[in-house]
Amino acid sequence: MSTDEPLIRWDWIASHVPDIAARVGEHLVLVGIAVGAGLVMAFALALLAIWRPRLYGPIVWVTGTLYTIPSLALFALLIPFTGLSLLTAEIGLVGYTLLILVRNIVIGIREVPAEVRESATAMGYSPVQRFALVELPIAVPAIVAGVRLATVTTIGLVTVTAVIGQGGLGSLILDGLILFFSTPLIVGAALSVLLAVAADAGLALVQRAVTPWSRAR
Amino acid sequence: MRRSVPILLAIFGLLAAACGGGGAGAPATKVSLTIASFNFAESQILAEIYGQALATDGHTVQYKHKLGNREIVFPALEKGDINFVPEYLATSLAFATKATDKVGDPAKALPSFRDALKPKGIAALEFASAIDTNAFVVTKATAQKHNLRKMSDLTAVAKQLTLGAPPECPQRPFCLQGLKSAYGIEFKEFKALDAGGPITVAAVESGQVDVGLLFSTDAQIAAKGFVLLEDDKKLQAADNVVPVVRQDVIDKGGATLTTRINDISKKITTEKLTALNGKVQIDKKDPADVAKEFLKAEGLIK
Amino acid sequence: MDFLLAALAWLAAPIHWSGPDGIPTRVLEHLAYSLSGVGAAALVAIPLGLMLGHIGRGAFLAINIAGVGRALPTFALLVIAFLLLARTAPPLAFGFWPTFLAMVPLALPPILTNTYVGVRGVDRDVVEAARGMGMSELGIVRAVEVPLGMPLILAGLRTASIAVIATATLGALVAGGGIGRYIVDGLALQEYERLFAGAFLVALLAIGTELAFGLLERMSGHTSTVGRVPLRG
Repeated sequence: MSTDEPLIRWDWIASHVPDIAARVGEHLVLVGIAVGAGLVMAFALALLAIWRPRLYGPIVWVTGTLYTIPSLALFALLIPFTGLSLLTAEIGLVGYTLLILVRNIVIGIREVPAEVRESATAMGYSPVQRFALVELPIAVPAIVAGVRLATVTTIGLVTVTAVIGQGGLGSLILDGLILFFSTPLIVGAALSVLLAVAADAGLALVQRAVTPWSRAR
Repeated sequence: MRRSVPILLAIFGLLAAACGGGGAGAPATKVSLTIASFNFAESQILAEIYGQALATDGHTVQYKHKLGNREIVFPALEKGDINFVPEYLATSLAFATKATDKVGDPAKALPSFRDALKPKGIAALEFASAIDTNAFVVTKATAQKHNLRKMSDLTAVAKQLTLGAPPECPQRPFCLQGLKSAYGIEFKEFKALDAGGPITVAAVESGQVDVGLLFSTDAQIAAKGFVLLEDDKKLQAADNVVPVVRQDVIDKGGATLTTRINDISKKITTEKLTALNGKVQIDKKDPADVAKEFLKAEGLIK
Repeated sequence: MDFLLAALAWLAAPIHWSGPDGIPTRVLEHLAYSLSGVGAAALVAIPLGLMLGHIGRGAFLAINIAGVGRALPTFALLVIAFLLLARTAPPLAFGFWPTFLAMVPLALPPILTNTYVGVRGVDRDVVEAARGMGMSELGIVRAVEVPLGMPLILAGLRTASIAVIATATLGALVAGGGIGRYIVDGLALQEYERLFAGAFLVALLAIGTELAFGLLERMSGHTSTVGRVPLRG
């Protein structure tokens, strides 16, 4: 790369707005599926852990171990099984969200004060009603905190999926590397940061909205 | 005259039917293509050239750009995750057959290549005249220091030198394996960099590695004033650009598709490809834009 | 199952224990990237966290920097660091520096946030008592806030270390070394034993780090369950 190559070519950005928008869209889809599917699976695992407390340890252990596997390794190891596909990326991404979400959901439910649980039972709520109408709403702030962390983490991880042929903003970053071209690199990096900060801020607002009692801090 | 008109009409009718039906007998259908490119710029350009031309013909074209190296792309082709790859004849043949013999003549190589691909349900079309081989380069300074002009010159000094090449080099017959068997070259150290891309260029320039693997059509070789070591024992050869497509796509698209792809290949020469690389690598133009300009200039699209 | 065995066989093979691509070299490189990344981050974050925590200002920064830190995609930082160095100081672009530069922003936020929260969490009465005894502000930080805030400070260092150890593997994508080499090369060569061995080694390092910190925490007299979820880059 010659040293008179500017750091950012604004004309490139101007002429590539549709491409960039497409990458952002891909990125959002990848994140959305991962967090969405992760939330559903985490709920299932969390419910399992709540109703069979002895399973909590093993569940956290398995998801925790998954978490220490470097992202690139996890994606690469899946390739022989699920190919260079969206599925491969999503399996990996969901794997990483699980630890965060399961933990937060279970802790959120467990933190519901015993008295509240007892009053609900005393008032005639069935266990299912108690869970859905009392415990879950109280656990929502912890769950939202988990979704917030999972979302921001996933936004960063999606960039790595470009290396296994998936798109998103990581594709722009990879372009920067393969073509030795700083403009798409910087655009990709800046947009993923913006996306993550926006998601974090947005979910922080949601967190505040569902935690009216903590605002007194 | 009046009696021959119906006969003439009948003859015209038959001719029209024969011509309109197409050589393959089946009408040309539109196919759905997923074109992959390897993790370097030229491959992206080639994928776009074929893809854009076929898209204007009405076929559905999707790209999987920068998918990886052949170790990753070929299995995807075998699996059917992708169905079109702009390949390089000699290296792909060596990869498919695990053979390490030198491949000098593309015309001789093509049938062997086709035979190797057939059981996998893959077809190779006509090859282009454009050749892109592995090119081992050094800086002018290194060339002067060790008196390097051609690859055989490396044999004596390689033990003091470091090679920078893509990670798959150690297992490739036209890379480390071939260097050893054809030239007796063994390097002091091997550093895994990238596929003839900017990391390798920077590594050679900065002295991180003494010898770097670039591709022979890389415009940077001239631009950076590197010395391309001549392949005097002809280890590399016949790495002509050749479109590799899944058989089911060929069957569906018929002769129209095949002819079209071959027509495109005919226009791709080494000089033109190197020029296109220059536009992307040096001028920082988009591979897609560069491909479009090429197609228009060659009259392949309107 | 034989896949696992193949990977263990790869790890056991003596040839993989020597040379520039050998396990000791790669593990040491990896530790070098990780320790310096965390160390450099700690050098900035701990004093800053202590100061902000002590004077009770900058809560917004200290707590929300965690959010920003998580938002920085390491892959992007790596490529940026590589390209910038390749333009300005090419010999530095290979190996240590891009990975190091990308790890510092990853490690900084958890250390800063935890240090800040750790110091804030110290009972104000104890601090007041120390002040009343005539201790200097610095003395208070040293003798009161650091020891009492230690569990959280250690938790922050632990979170940062695990994140860095896992993420430093990406350095191999820009011609870096470390255990990431086994992952990137394993993928490129389609040698899955090598790839798996790399992942396994990272997991071992991560577990080792967890254990080491567990020991440190026990030695410091306190343990903490806060901040157990590591970051991902």
